[in-house]
Amino acid sequence: MATATPTTSGAPTPAHATAIRLRGVTKTFGRGESAVTALRGIDLDIPAGELTMLVGPSGCGKTTLISILAGLLSRDGGDLAVFGTDLATLRRDRLAAWRRDNVGFIFQQFNLVPQLSVSENVSVPLVLKGESVGAAVRRADELLATLGLEGRGKSSPLKLSGGQQQRVAIARALIHDPRLLVCDEPTSALDAELGRRVMELIRGRSTRPDRAVVVVTHDDRIFHLADTIAHVNDGRIDQLTRRTSEPPTAGSHR
Amino acid sequence: MWRFAIKMLFGDSAKFYGILLGLGFASLLIAQQASIFVGLMSRTFAFIGEVGHVDLWVFDPTQSYVDEPKPLRATALERVRGVTGVEWAAPLYKGLLVATLPDGSRQVCDVIGIDDDTLAGGPAEIVAGSLADLRQPDAVMVEVGSSQQQLRFPEALPPGAVPAPGQSFDPKGPKRPVEVGDIIELNERRARVVGLVKCAETFVAAPTVYTVYSRAITYAPPSRRVMSAVLVTAVEGQDPDALAERIRAETGLAALKPHDYSMRTLGYWMSETGIPINFGIAIALGFFVGVAIAGQMFYNFTLDNLRYFGAFKAMGASTWKLLGMVALQALVAGVLGLGLGLGAVSAFGLNAAGGKLAFKMLWQIPLIAAGAVLVICILASVLSMWKVIRLDPADVFKSS
Ligand SMILES: Nc1ncnc2c1ncn2[C@@H]1O[C@H](COP(=O)(O)OP(=O)(O)OP(=O)(O)O)[C@@H](O)[C@H]1O
Ligand SMILES: [Mg+2]
Repeated sequence: MATATPTTSGAPTPAHATAIRLRGVTKTFGRGESAVTALRGIDLDIPAGELTMLVGPSGCGKTTLISILAGLLSRDGGDLAVFGTDLATLRRDRLAAWRRDNVGFIFQQFNLVPQLSVSENVSVPLVLKGESVGAAVRRADELLATLGLEGRGKSSPLKLSGGQQQRVAIARALIHDPRLLVCDEPTSALDAELGRRVMELIRGRSTRPDRAVVVVTHDDRIFHLADTIAHVNDGRIDQLTRRTSEPPTAGSHR
Repeated sequence: MWRFAIKMLFGDSAKFYGILLGLGFASLLIAQQASIFVGLMSRTFAFIGEVGHVDLWVFDPTQSYVDEPKPLRATALERVRGVTGVEWAAPLYKGLLVATLPDGSRQVCDVIGIDDDTLAGGPAEIVAGSLADLRQPDAVMVEVGSSQQQLRFPEALPPGAVPAPGQSFDPKGPKRPVEVGDIIELNERRARVVGLVKCAETFVAAPTVYTVYSRAITYAPPSRRVMSAVLVTAVEGQDPDALAERIRAETGLAALKPHDYSMRTLGYWMSETGIPINFGIAIALGFFVGVAIAGQMFYNFTLDNLRYFGAFKAMGASTWKLLGMVALQALVAGVLGLGLGLGAVSAFGLNAAGGKLAFKMLWQIPLIAAGAVLVICILASVLSMWKVIRLDPADVFKSS
């Protein structure tokens, strides 16, 4: 049975501290006959300042894993510390506040609200933190401009292309400068070229020493952008692949 | 997030207008039916108001509403006049009599006979002629609204003209409204129209014909009991309630202040007829239509937005905040829908004012409609809120 040991030769880069530490994390859905064990004991250290990808066959538990990391789902067993916080100690509303303050989300379905303008969508995390809509929208517009969406703030997200919509979703995930960015299949609704650009954007914006990025993906065309690839299989980490080559510089493309 | 909640509501225009329409329709139906009900019911005692300022009505104790024909003996008047504290007492006649028109057609009229001496209790508004003209021989005054519709004269007969002996008219021929000078027959006796009056709409659909009491009883079929009521004013300083008590004790008749008599009449129609039930059904229908349409639409609206609420929840919005958003959406829709409905009802009321249609929007009615809309909104949003409470933030990663 494979254990969660790095298989790649060469010393692991020690430069970065551990952002998220998982030990023996388990999760079972349902009970009795219909119970499905999604996680069978996950041991994983996700370093700060890096981009970690979770890959693996469908149903292996990737989404379950990032949902637990991001405080959306509770674990059944094991230990978990996210930036030193054990999420199991937080009650539901405290946990929501923790997510609001610490996590940025990028979904496969962009989940942009069609009735709100692009900048309003982006401003939501700030507004949830209590910032006024006016100020939040101004900051959203600034961020959108740096993502190549200058002047699109007032339009409806429905008027944008898929790639543009995902960039709006990225802006929404980043606007409150979260310590943890979680993305589930961020490129699967995009074509190869757009997907790569979006990933470069995520990488360039978020790999900073005190930040961690976790991306679930099937998309092998973006694997090269990862610092670590954790291979998940049947609820366990099968294999860890560490980058050996130089990481591509952020925004090298375009 | 409140602003966003409202934008989400307005932004989904198809559903938003549907919700507004549902709530507007509900409040329209509720307020309009309630107003018509109140208008209609206040007609049951409108005649009491029309008679005007008296302190007491004295009538047969078994009479339960003002139009009920239970006449008193002529001696009742003297007995009432004999009660201490009565300053003035006058007889009143009110009864349905058949009028015959020159073309031979017949029409039931509501004949009112007022005090010969004072002419008190006459119509509020005189359109042609003067009340004093009622003292002329055979004089009557007829209601202008009904006269146009029900007391129609042959066009071939000029106003005031008497048909020549042997002259006859085709009952189906062209007609004109009754005019001053025209002659009709009331119970086979001559009545000359000396004026036109306007009176409050009452429950009696027959055209109202005013005359003096002494003449009215000559039109009425002969009987020892013809006096419909005795109208009384009290001497100055006399408490009307105490006087009423005394009249009751000394004459055995019923004596009520106009307001009390109105309420007794109203009570009769409320308890003895199906009118309240019918309107109650219409109002309940409005309510349920509102619940069904607006509630359904609102629930669908929330369902459509559930994935965004889920995303907000994942992004750290508390359940309370999301429930607040749903409540605000329901409230805003409720206020606008109510405004729409009440606006329509008011327009309807202005349009109906002075017409045949009974319509009376008491100040309580908009409040009742508002209460109903509030209940509809609460019912509508409870299901939606339940969905939001049950929303699992982890579902945001489920591809739909
Ligand atoms: N809410 C749930 N209730 C019951 N079973 C669930 C639930 N969520 C996930 N599962 C099950 O847990 C297992 C892991 O699911 P998960 O969504 O984490 O897989 P995944 O690796 O993200 O798959 P995919 O690549 O298809 O997205 C699957 O067998 C799935 O059916
Ligand atoms: Mg998944």
